[in-house]
Amino acid sequence: MWSGEYSFVLKNLVLKDFRIRYRNMSLGVLWSLLNPLVMMGVLIFVFTKIFPNPRPHFAVFLLCGLIPLSFFQVAWSSGTGAILDNAGLIKKVRVPRVLFPIASVLSNFVHLFIQLGLLAVVALISGVHITLNWLWLPVILGLEVVFASGLVLATSSLNVYVRDTRYVVDSFNTVLFWLVPVFYDFAFVPRKYAEIYQYNPLAALVLAMRQVILLGNPPATVLMLKAVLVSCVSLTLGVLIFGRLKDQFYDHL
Amino acid sequence: MNAISFQQVSKSFPHHRGRMLLRERVKHLFEKRQTETFYALKNVSFDLRPGESLGVVGSNGAGKSTLLGLAAQIARPSAGKVIVNGRTAALLELGSGFHPDLTGVENVYLNASLLGFGRAQTKSLFPEIVEFAELGDFMQEPLRTYSSGMVMRLAFSVAVNVDPDILIIDEVLGVGDAAFQAKCFDRIRAFRRAHKTFVCVSHAKEPLMEICDTAIWLDHGEMMMQGSVEKVWQAYTGGAAVSA
Repeated sequence: MWSGEYSFVLKNLVLKDFRIRYRNMSLGVLWSLLNPLVMMGVLIFVFTKIFPNPRPHFAVFLLCGLIPLSFFQVAWSSGTGAILDNAGLIKKVRVPRVLFPIASVLSNFVHLFIQLGLLAVVALISGVHITLNWLWLPVILGLEVVFASGLVLATSSLNVYVRDTRYVVDSFNTVLFWLVPVFYDFAFVPRKYAEIYQYNPLAALVLAMRQVILLGNPPATVLMLKAVLVSCVSLTLGVLIFGRLKDQFYDHL
Repeated sequence: MNAISFQQVSKSFPHHRGRMLLRERVKHLFEKRQTETFYALKNVSFDLRPGESLGVVGSNGAGKSTLLGLAAQIARPSAGKVIVNGRTAALLELGSGFHPDLTGVENVYLNASLLGFGRAQTKSLFPEIVEFAELGDFMQEPLRTYSSGMVMRLAFSVAVNVDPDILIIDEVLGVGDAAFQAKCFDRIRAFRRAHKTFVCVSHAKEPLMEICDTAIWLDHGEMMMQGSVEKVWQAYTGGAAVSA
């Protein structure tokens, strides 16, 4: 048996990722903030100057969608490559393989945290009140991490056998920007499509974020129950698929 | 009870021939062609008692690294049984997980955690690891500024501090300069004196003669011979000369 500590390895892998990403950049961690800020700026320009949008607190509205979406996109994409990218280690060290995709998701979670700080600042500036209901945010984002981890476990192990998986994931991610209500309101979605939207867990999480931050309400119970259900299903499937495939990684890497 | 026991162990790999894309996969499904397999090890059996030390010799591609991978329980046998009793540490590659942009200190922590050190253990062994490597101020510099010999020193310093019942090493004995090599051999001898089991691969006769009790010779995945290091080495080098 491998005798190490899971949390110690995870910590070191996440730290490594964080360090090598920022060490050689003069702006360092600021890059985590610049990306959503630029995206927010562009979207504000498009949807206030080109398509006038009377929605109040539009910047906050946008960030509620952009932040969870971009976390999910980056985590899913980089997590999918985690097994292949660590092939050298997987063939040489008996460290539990499941740690690599999980570390990949968690290291993106660090950026999510920084971006949440940005969201709080923008919310204060635009006059949105921070309420006790903000305590729901860790729950909502925790569910997103669980959901993303499940997906990443499945796709990272599939990627070893069918190496197109990563490109499929990237295409999905591009489409997601339009299918998750980032720059439009869920209420605009025609009724006959709304049903399908409810099965998109990311859309549900964005919706929950907006209920908490913009309305100051706790997220709707049905919404949260659905999110919990989908996250659990995702994680179970991910664990099953990964467990099924992991023993043959050595032979296929 | 044996420390390591291989019972008619075979290990095969599917031949990919670059076939990894969806298009090829689909084609493959319809053609129903038998997947070609390549045998890295064929029907290998041996037993190693606790405290014994085994050297593995053979030409490139003979299956030596596969054998170590199986003994370290990183790979699973395709046929036969591999039984291992005891805490194993496998150094199949020095500096697994080292990253050129991380400093020496950061790499030590990462590498140690991957090799199975806990938090407390890493912390308490850290001074010893640094001292053994003798890298001084370079510990605070990124690894890309190191010479390859210095990287090996750091990697080996972490590795020798693993304290397992069974140590498995793949061709990592020729590390560093003469003085550092001598230090490494001292460590391995101390390990042997502590009555621990040891398996290694080497392409040089001297370390094998010094450290190992017995040796096995692999050729194209088959075990050609098992016996004293001297005899096996002679047969291997003699055989290699004939076939060349």
